[in-house]
Amino acid sequence: MLFGGLSIVAIAQAQPSSGIVRPTTEPATPSVQLGSQLFAANCSSCHGIDGKGISAPRAGAGDIMGMGPPLRGVGALAPDFYLRTGFMPLSSIHDEPGNDRVLFSDKEIKSLVAFVASLGPGPGIPQPDPKAGSLSEGMQLFTLHCAGCHQEDGEGGFVTGARVPPLQGLTATEIAEAVRIGPYLMPKFPASQISNAQLNSIIKFVQSLKNHDDNRGGWRIGNIGPIPEGLVTWWIAVPLLIIACLAVGRRFRRQ
Amino acid sequence: MKIWKWIVTLLTLLFGRLMRRGGSVEDAEERIVPAGTPERRAENLVLVLLMLAVLAGIAFIVVYAIYPHADQPNELLGLCLGLCLALIGGALTVVAKRLVVTEELEDDYPDVHPQAQREIAEIVHESGSRITRKKLLIGAGAAAGGTLGLAALTPALSLGPLWDTAPLDMTPWRPGVALVDENGNKMPASDVVGGTFYSAFAEGVDPEDIASELVVIRLDPDKLKLPNGRADWAPDGILAYSKICTHAGCAIGLYRNPLFPDLEPKPALVCPCHYSTFDPYTGASVIYGPAGRPLPQLPLMIDGAGYLRANGNFSARVGPAWWNVREKPTYGTNE
Amino acid sequence: MDPVEDPVRFIDERTAAAPLLRKTMRYLFPDHWSFLLGEVALYSFIVLIATGIYLALFFDDSTAKTVYHGPYVPLDGQTMSAAYKSVVDISFSVPAGLLIRQTHHWAADVFVAAMVIHLMRVFFTGAFRKPRELTWIIGLLLLFTALLEGYLGYSLVDDLLSGMGLQIGNGVGLSIPIIGGPLMLLLFGSRFPPGGPHFWGRMYIAHVLLFPLLLATLIGVHLMLIMARHHTQFRESRRHTQRRIIGVPLFPGQTPRSLALMFYVAAILFLLGGLVQINPIWQWGPFEPWLATNGAQPDWYLGWLIGALRLMPSFDVTVGHFTLIPNPFWGGVLFPGVVLMVLATFPWVEARLTGDRRVHNLADRPRDAPTRTAFGVAFLSWIFLIFAFGAADRILVLWGLSYNLQLYIFRIAIWVVPPILFFGVRRMCRELQAGDRVEEIREHAEDQAEEHQRSLARAGPGTAR
Repeated sequence: MLFGGLSIVAIAQAQPSSGIVRPTTEPATPSVQLGSQLFAANCSSCHGIDGKGISAPRAGAGDIMGMGPPLRGVGALAPDFYLRTGFMPLSSIHDEPGNDRVLFSDKEIKSLVAFVASLGPGPGIPQPDPKAGSLSEGMQLFTLHCAGCHQEDGEGGFVTGARVPPLQGLTATEIAEAVRIGPYLMPKFPASQISNAQLNSIIKFVQSLKNHDDNRGGWRIGNIGPIPEGLVTWWIAVPLLIIACLAVGRRFRRQ
Repeated sequence: MKIWKWIVTLLTLLFGRLMRRGGSVEDAEERIVPAGTPERRAENLVLVLLMLAVLAGIAFIVVYAIYPHADQPNELLGLCLGLCLALIGGALTVVAKRLVVTEELEDDYPDVHPQAQREIAEIVHESGSRITRKKLLIGAGAAAGGTLGLAALTPALSLGPLWDTAPLDMTPWRPGVALVDENGNKMPASDVVGGTFYSAFAEGVDPEDIASELVVIRLDPDKLKLPNGRADWAPDGILAYSKICTHAGCAIGLYRNPLFPDLEPKPALVCPCHYSTFDPYTGASVIYGPAGRPLPQLPLMIDGAGYLRANGNFSARVGPAWWNVREKPTYGTNE
Repeated sequence: MDPVEDPVRFIDERTAAAPLLRKTMRYLFPDHWSFLLGEVALYSFIVLIATGIYLALFFDDSTAKTVYHGPYVPLDGQTMSAAYKSVVDISFSVPAGLLIRQTHHWAADVFVAAMVIHLMRVFFTGAFRKPRELTWIIGLLLLFTALLEGYLGYSLVDDLLSGMGLQIGNGVGLSIPIIGGPLMLLLFGSRFPPGGPHFWGRMYIAHVLLFPLLLATLIGVHLMLIMARHHTQFRESRRHTQRRIIGVPLFPGQTPRSLALMFYVAAILFLLGGLVQINPIWQWGPFEPWLATNGAQPDWYLGWLIGALRLMPSFDVTVGHFTLIPNPFWGGVLFPGVVLMVLATFPWVEARLTGDRRVHNLADRPRDAPTRTAFGVAFLSWIFLIFAFGAADRILVLWGLSYNLQLYIFRIAIWVVPPILFFGVRRMCRELQAGDRVEEIREHAEDQAEEHQRSLARAGPGTAR
């Protein structure tokens, strides 16, 4: 009852879609209660009160048209991923989730995760161990399952209708979560297809992409192959060559 | 005269510049290349550049020698060699601009030669004075030459099968052939879950056979709208399509799987080369991109032990289109 | 005992070459930097040969499967062709191997780029006109042969990226109406992937022997034709005419310059080979026909084709249930065919349209031929826009611009922008010409005024005007 009341009040006072609504005083440690307040104020306009989902666009507080999947039974796995990467909250239901900004603090994320996990039994946050993996197995599995969208060097790409994000700088947990959730348009790989041991290898490989230790040829120019190579040809080599021609072929002075 | 030339040469060699300045036999004759003023500073610059080039070259050799095989610093090697070359180029540029007489000369553009042209034609025409049936002989010669040319080209047909395009028509699928994964293991239908996509191959067949390569997914059977006659091709909603794009032949390595279908693009198989997009619900029909025909579908069945097997051959021939691609595939392997 | 005259005498007594040498030594080069672009291509070719010979000593052209055990950990234990493994070894285990390999690949990219800007110089100055039409044709043959040669070269490595490219090449070849199927079977020896032992060896021999010989021969003929007819020249002064060429002799003037340019070209290529990574095939992994990566692209000089293939809407042209024209034909065969045909026939088409069949030894400034320049710019823009669309997916990743939106913009732009440029550039050229004429009149008037002043001064003060 109390939570419901707070939720209604919070929705009524919700700020426009770009802002996060927080209680004026937050407890020092994460709690389900804090999670519930934050959820009511920031998530329920799309995911419904208590995460039961909204199946058709409905005007929510402020200028938000809300619609979203139910979150009961997604466990701690999904909210942890979406909040830590910044995929959620979305400014608009038609946006493609992007991982460019995280709007909640670590404490708030933990609280929200605890709250959503409490809505129903679901998968917990994975505990991958990339050190136990094999780079070589990881590269092969990544090529088979992931490179088609994410590009062989994890530089991201395009699948019809959506941008596929690059993979540099992700934590092992985030990678494991993404593989198991299948966020947005990504396939959802179960353990029967990619076992936890195999996932460790994939994570080890993906994280090796961050350091680019194996760019021993020099300036890596993006690791996507011929496009930057063509740019270097035309914007570095050709100007240098024209300068060479000018240096050598300039109108001679009479002697 | 000869002895005089010997003396002059000797003196020139001994006194070098002195002789040139003072005047030598060459001065008395007319020069072809005009004399230019000496430029010692340019010479010094050239020497410096060449010395630096020597150092760069030595540096390359040293770097090559001191680093272990697998750890050769590519940047350093390139820098040394590139600098060496650039410095030599620089030295040559100084030579070109300051140490070599750059003459501005005039010359005629080459003429045409109407006289020679006429004479050639005349020679050829006059040479034919003994021939009475020119056209016939030329025709026969052309026929012989042409036939020789064809004969010479004929062994090129041994490069590969020519009119027999049967290898393009074949697939290794017929009823009962089991599906295996990339490790060669048979695929239980229960292992194929929705939301993801699997690569599969024909058991016992070289996985590099493009007609063996499949993409397998599971969809909600109630939502399937397969073409006529394929009602039983997707047991439990498990579908198999050729993994080879019908546009230009790349592997269909992308699967669009919406987590919240109401707001996201619907499931689709996508090719990364030119983004041909296929709708798996409707028999992989083309919904975006340049492909001109759907992906061939393989009818599936689940055998007694629960494994996935083919229940027939593909709905169509596999791969990029050619003249006969729209006929039914044949059974066989390209061994 | 002249150190020069003695060897020359030796050679002349045995070859009678002295008059030819004497004449060649004094062949005149026009003294403008833009005439050196062809040489840049030539020197890139020389670097290609030199580095290519080195690589051929280490490359294994076999497609036999092998397992990698070497310093590059992510590939350890992976199955791959011997060809791919040999290139990974060149990159990791052969000292200086990576430098030579990267220089070779940069040289290929630069070789084609140099030919393209050289072509543009020749085109926009009208140097393809009579009597140099044959030289132009040879140049086009060189360009298109080089495209094929480069494609074969990087496909030999059998990595994922180039393997996909070969797969597409096969698909495009299949799309040639009626004969595509048999033709590709003939070339590849089987359905793709080429399973038999022959294809890779054929590709290798083509790349290291047949095409280099063809290129070298064409270059030789190209150079001989140029020297036979002499270069064109810009009309830099009254003395530069159709009949008289003014320039720098090959020896001594031009020789150190050309040599310097050769060293500069080699320097730039080796610096690139050392400092800028190109085609890191160990990151792509070995090719298998059931694998793919996003963002796969051909080398830049084939980018116009991927753009064209991606722009096409979905249709095959069928007759009954025969597929007459599969979709890739338009972008992969017809488009480059049209470009080649337009370029190849241009000298004769222009001669016909202008009615000008005279010999031309003077080079036009681009503004002096407004229609030709406008057409060239428009034609190049058509090709360039198609080429640019080929990178639309990476523009999406980088800048978030919708792929579909780009698709529609480019589908319109490739037909709308060239005509706009045609009329705009032609107008611009005419304006520039008009401005030149005004300049000429002004200079002439100034000259006359000066002359008048001088004659007054000579006549002395007090002279009646």
